[in-house]
Amino acid sequence: MTSDPWTRLRPWLLMLPLLAVMLTVIGWPMIDTVRLSFTDARLVGTRGEFVGFANFIRLAGSPAFWRAFVVTTEFAVISVAVEMVLGVLVALLLMQEFRGRNLLRALLILPWALPTVVNAILWRLIYNPEYGALNALLMQTGIIESYQSWLGEPSRALAALVVADAWKNFPLVALIGLAALHAVPRDIRAAAVVDGAGAFARFRFVMMPYLMGPLMVALVLRTIEAFKVFDIIWVMTRGGPANSTRTLSILVYQEAFSFQRAGSGASLALIVTLAVTVLAALYAAMIRRAAGAQM
Amino acid sequence: MEHRNPVFAIFVHVCALVVAVVILAPFVWLFIMSISSTADLTTKPLRWWPAETDWSRYRQLTELTQNSRGAALMSALLNSVQVAALATLAALAVSVPAGWAVSRNPSVGWSLSLVIGTYMLPPVALAVPLYMGLAALGMLNTKLGLALVYLTILAPFTTWLLKSGFDPIPRDIEKAAAIDGARLDQMLRIIILPLAAPAIGTAALFAFLLAWDEFFYALLFTSDQRAKTVTVAIADLAGGRVADYGLIAAAGVLAALPPVLFGLLMQRALISGLTTGGVKG
Repeated sequence: MTSDPWTRLRPWLLMLPLLAVMLTVIGWPMIDTVRLSFTDARLVGTRGEFVGFANFIRLAGSPAFWRAFVVTTEFAVISVAVEMVLGVLVALLLMQEFRGRNLLRALLILPWALPTVVNAILWRLIYNPEYGALNALLMQTGIIESYQSWLGEPSRALAALVVADAWKNFPLVALIGLAALHAVPRDIRAAAVVDGAGAFARFRFVMMPYLMGPLMVALVLRTIEAFKVFDIIWVMTRGGPANSTRTLSILVYQEAFSFQRAGSGASLALIVTLAVTVLAALYAAMIRRAAGAQM
Repeated sequence: MEHRNPVFAIFVHVCALVVAVVILAPFVWLFIMSISSTADLTTKPLRWWPAETDWSRYRQLTELTQNSRGAALMSALLNSVQVAALATLAALAVSVPAGWAVSRNPSVGWSLSLVIGTYMLPPVALAVPLYMGLAALGMLNTKLGLALVYLTILAPFTTWLLKSGFDPIPRDIEKAAAIDGARLDQMLRIIILPLAAPAIGTAALFAFLLAWDEFFYALLFTSDQRAKTVTVAIADLAGGRVADYGLIAAAGVLAALPPVLFGLLMQRALISGLTTGGVKG
């Protein structure tokens, strides 16, 4: 390696435009969110006074915040779990030989490509309590005896959202799983069969080692996305009924933009950011451990 | 494969059929709703196929008379195309050099981790200052402002995709070019960019789809036809007092058409892009 200044400086010069843009649109807003979180600034008008930890103390004692925290966690854990299980099962299915396999694999891209907002609207129409397809289908097949309000009942609105979210996102997990399974060398698979390994043993000892890494990455990405969820909930329920689907992102939106309380909205946003960061760090540690265990 | 058991073969086919139906049924239903009359959509028991197909919603939504629903949706579609294209071009402009620099110089790798780390940040963490900043610059409700904000999402993502796209291009080619006296810009233009064209195309496609799909910032930072994107426009339509479900469905079909067609046509590139990150870890 030559070490003249130009060679050492060059990569940084090439990075410069990206770093400048990132500092402007991410770095500065992030720092300003931290500053705002210690003020009582309004969205428009006053720049606000420094109020110390007052916003955070009020949030810690607010049932709305804790409720939103629980709702967000429930949504993230359940929808990601459903997506992972369905995704792996479909990936295993696509490893079998059957007519139309390539077609089925092509279909998986469809829900992923569908815009999130269109997906939300589509499912809202399907769940419509009066004229929705779900009620009609379940009624005509005799599964339910009267029309149900799927999004209007606090006890099941979140579950209805999970179904809509999982339908859109399990194909991505399936595609990642499928790519991982294709990485299992054919002779290892054949050898396992020759050695008389059963279906479960083959899954556990032949495929799992290849699946684990990619699935972990998918798990991390999906959990973080689910924890930040806003679009699908905003379009389908706006956080209702009775705040039963109000996640943290929805709460931040209401606080900062509907009620224009920029200061306390920023402190709430900061807490969400910290939660996501902790989650990501935990996962990173888990991935490193899983990778170490396989070596 | 290993199984020659006919029962197992039937089981596999049944499962495949179920998965196909689960994926397709909502799409098909969205389309059927869009061509059914309101009467057919609001009878009980529900009619699964309209008595007479009714294409009037598509006509209504593509008609451009002033202040009509059609004009609103069409201008939103156009805004989406412009914002997504602008944001994609800007993201590529900053991430092609950065992605190449990181790919060839592990010493700047930590800055890539930092950039990718920002991908985790929830948009709500940046929304309030971005709103105030855009307001101060008079860029609320402008396409340029929205495209700028979209860089927060697109640039980290394309940098990461491009870095993995540059990685497999052999360095020897670059060394040979350097020996032949190529300047940096010549090397990038004549040698690297053509070789990396597929990777750049994939990155552009992903960036465009991400921008097309975006809703949160568009909801916050746009307020009328001058900048409103299609995701906000159809959410408005569905959230308003419109009782014509067929019209909402038709708007959904129109908004979904570009990304779904892209998705089907560019399948191979998309799937490899979606899975490289996961598989390579």
